[in-house]
Amino acid sequence: MKRAPLLFLNVFVIAICGLIYELLAGTLSSYVLGDSVTQFSIIIGTYLFAMGVGSYLSRFVDKNLANRFVEVELAVAVVGGFSAPVLFLTFANLSYFAVVLYGIVFIIGMLVGLEIPLLMRILKDELDFKELVSRVLAFDYIGALVASLLFPIFFVPRLGLNRTSLFFGMLNAAIAIWGTWLLEPLLKKHITLLRVKGAVIMILLAIAFIKADRLTTLAEDSLYVDNIIYSKSSHYQRIIVTKGKTGYALFLNGNLQFSSFDEYRYHEALVHPAFSTFRGEPKRVLVLGGGDGLALREIEKYKSVEYIQLVDLDPDMTNISNAVPALGELNHHSFQDSRVHVTNADAFVWLDSVDAEPFDVVIIDFPDPNNFALGKLYTTRFYNLLKKKIRPDSAVVVQTTSPLMARMSFWCIAATLEAAGYNVKPYYTTVPSFGVWGYALASLSPFDAPSNVREGIETKFINAGMMPSMFEFPKDTERPNEPIEVNRLDNQALVRYYEGEWRRFEP
Amino acid sequence: MNLSRRELLTLFLGAPFAFAACRDTSAKRLPEGEIIGQSAALGHTLREGRTFEVPQANWEAKKIVIVGAGIAGLSAAWRLKGKGFEDVAVIELEKEPGGTSRSGEGKPVSYPWGAHYLPVPFAENADLVALLDEMSLLEPRGPSGEIHAKEQFLCREPEERVFYKGRWYEGLYLNAGASAVDKRQFDAFYAEVNKWINFRDAKGRRAFILPVALCSDDAEVTALDKLTFADWLTQNGFDSERLRWYCDYACRDDYGLKLEETSAWAGLFYFCSRVKKSGDESQPFITVPEGNGQFVNHFVGQVGDTIRKNWMAVSIEPKEKGVEVTCLVDGELRGIRAEKVIFAGPMFTAPYAIRGFREAPPFAAEEFQHNAWFVANIHLADRPKTRFATDFPLAWDNVLYESPSLGYVTATHQKGIDYGPTILTYYYPMCAEANARTTLFNYDRDQIAEVCLSDLERAHRDIRELTTRLDVMRWGHAMISPRANFIWSGVRQKASQPYRNIYFAHTDLGGVALFEEAFYHGLRAADSVLA
Repeated sequence: MKRAPLLFLNVFVIAICGLIYELLAGTLSSYVLGDSVTQFSIIIGTYLFAMGVGSYLSRFVDKNLANRFVEVELAVAVVGGFSAPVLFLTFANLSYFAVVLYGIVFIIGMLVGLEIPLLMRILKDELDFKELVSRVLAFDYIGALVASLLFPIFFVPRLGLNRTSLFFGMLNAAIAIWGTWLLEPLLKKHITLLRVKGAVIMILLAIAFIKADRLTTLAEDSLYVDNIIYSKSSHYQRIIVTKGKTGYALFLNGNLQFSSFDEYRYHEALVHPAFSTFRGEPKRVLVLGGGDGLALREIEKYKSVEYIQLVDLDPDMTNISNAVPALGELNHHSFQDSRVHVTNADAFVWLDSVDAEPFDVVIIDFPDPNNFALGKLYTTRFYNLLKKKIRPDSAVVVQTTSPLMARMSFWCIAATLEAAGYNVKPYYTTVPSFGVWGYALASLSPFDAPSNVREGIETKFINAGMMPSMFEFPKDTERPNEPIEVNRLDNQALVRYYEGEWRRFEP
Repeated sequence: MNLSRRELLTLFLGAPFAFAACRDTSAKRLPEGEIIGQSAALGHTLREGRTFEVPQANWEAKKIVIVGAGIAGLSAAWRLKGKGFEDVAVIELEKEPGGTSRSGEGKPVSYPWGAHYLPVPFAENADLVALLDEMSLLEPRGPSGEIHAKEQFLCREPEERVFYKGRWYEGLYLNAGASAVDKRQFDAFYAEVNKWINFRDAKGRRAFILPVALCSDDAEVTALDKLTFADWLTQNGFDSERLRWYCDYACRDDYGLKLEETSAWAGLFYFCSRVKKSGDESQPFITVPEGNGQFVNHFVGQVGDTIRKNWMAVSIEPKEKGVEVTCLVDGELRGIRAEKVIFAGPMFTAPYAIRGFREAPPFAAEEFQHNAWFVANIHLADRPKTRFATDFPLAWDNVLYESPSLGYVTATHQKGIDYGPTILTYYYPMCAEANARTTLFNYDRDQIAEVCLSDLERAHRDIRELTTRLDVMRWGHAMISPRANFIWSGVRQKASQPYRNIYFAHTDLGGVALFEEAFYHGLRAADSVLA
């Protein structure tokens, strides 16, 4: 059998795998650490340098060339194959992510660097030098081209980063196992052992490939346009952070919570009108929901605030600034402010069972009412319980979904607040990644719609000119003439409105 | 093959993960727990018909003795106290009052051992409305005078879901997969129900209303009691399997009887008595984690000082003037000489306890038949995992279509506690089992626990791992059985008459086991005593 042509196929696959690992590392690091130019530059540099180191080290391999070659391939399969899952887990759990990242890149680069010289030496007796160099390097570069085309077009969108990595690990291992047959006459001993090793590695990679659902499901990888850089199934919900061209986005159970590109619009509109509505010096602030810390960032701009109580169900949410440092930067490390006191509890149960001195401003920032457990947080019962935590002149604001996409739902929340005895002024603004988005400002005392942000508060979005206009509804979002049901615990009318309205937009 | 240590390590790296991936976690294990109450052995000593000599020093005098601290007895005591009448003793065989409305205290919430809700009464039921007002369960009355319970006490949505062929669906009636025939029959059934809701007899009485005493005794209505609900459905052409299941579930749920045993009158009573007018929704349910234990607790707060727990009335002897009540207390006999007695125990016990009853029965006590149930409270460390994204979420009442049980009620639901530990109250009426009562008392805790868990396991594969405790209550005589030819046979009316100085008060007298009936008869007996 002429093995040279088949070994060139080997070179081709090795080249593809090597470049894929490099691209994976570059992609992950630029998502996670930001600044893709720097990250890709450093990754490529490290990788090429490591390849050089590997090539240099090849001179110290003298005996059993074929055995070493297969072993190196298996090593690449393990380190490269598991690289993305390991980096994914490291990122979520370790602070020295960069060390692990560059370590892995270096090891892969070095191993890949070892491969080509070893292979050339194995083939040197079968081809003349001119032919050998020309063929090996040609296949190497073709492989690189194929990898760089397939990676962004096919693999990452279809399989996601973790599965792509594991898939190429398996391909690598398969090539190595195949190599034990191709190079059989050259393999000195331990052929069976090599094959057993190969099989074990293959099985482990396959198990990891199947179990990759624990990290991100196949559905998620194809669902999210951008790449998933953090995912966690907390006790309460599926948390996913993605990174794309326009920045970071947070999803809970598949629903977008914010996009770093325009979240300031949402959070400024959520927080500042309520502070302008409260007449006195706001000292005590209650935040229900808002575990991303972005509303906190806006609240902390008010120097008069002495105490901020945040109640969010999920400790994995309130700790996410630590788990994903980029989000900590986005919220200006708002959880580190000594005025902030975090309680992880269901706000409904908290309101029902915990005593607290009254608050001046209450910011209610729950996910949209798409299930009954969330629906209860928008009921008359909930707003009646809240009355025990506020004063007559306290200002309350509630995020109330989109008045355009879910008009009845939006006005149902306003009607529910009214039924619970609040004076209500609904308003809205535009948040491009959400659409037209609504809020309800409420107080137990009558109040006027605010007209400006308080003196000395820096904003990126809201100014005096536009704040009054937020309270003027165009015809397609104004209060409908038909009667609106009040959302109560015993009817959960809002969840039914919401399901009906948003279902229209599902594919 | 020669393997070095390093090679061995490489080979086995990751093996535990591979094994964990295929480990069988279904190994059966029973959580701890115990049988709670009922004092079957103690109760059965009554059957021996012994005579009892009370030592002279152990006699005391009371104006009124109430035998039984279930809802009827407690309601009577509450009424007497409301009328300023204090010289009362309530005798209770069990160590806790409440009868089938008892509840338990637990973490994170309390839980019921039996009855667990009360439909909001009509305004006409003034006594019951007064009780609910006293308990601050109702909103202040608006101009229309309509009765509205406070939001936090009204059963929170989602109220019900049903498990069928591996999936959970909204509601109790199985809509999923219903054929056109099923739908037509369902509508026709409700047309029939609405006809009976609108029925008024010559005296203007409704066919079905609570309490039963206010229902029409018109022959057209009472004729329904002569056939079973199953026969009635058949006669009306209702053969839809899921409609019949729905009606069967209603019978098992409210009466512990199968469709084929329940009187058609009782079947329709279930569907008609809590609807104001045709087309209206059924009256909403008042519920709290401890279920109807909240009424027991309220009554105990009002009249607790008169209740004597672990007092078993072994002999109730009418005398020329008054009644002598002999009780077994801690192995000692004690006597109370009462002017009048309210007998608020189940009617079938009257011949055993009341001297002279057997010799000249004032009514046929054996016509009052009861069925056996068990109730299990299953403490979970966390919520069962949802299997399919389309599954309807955990509701208050969770019913399994293909199960002899009634499913379970989630104790934390009403408090809005949607995450973490909870308690499920699992109900099992033993209407399909032969010799149900004997079977029930021959089963020990582990066997009953196995029944619950293997039943629930079909819907919740992780139920065994999640269960931290499972306690069981065996109700030997849980509910009066409204079989055909019972409710309108005349025996209830006879038993509602006093026997010498003994006044009967029990939900049995209504023919259906409901809070409203027990309450009504408790009040009626108290009023008769005072008259």
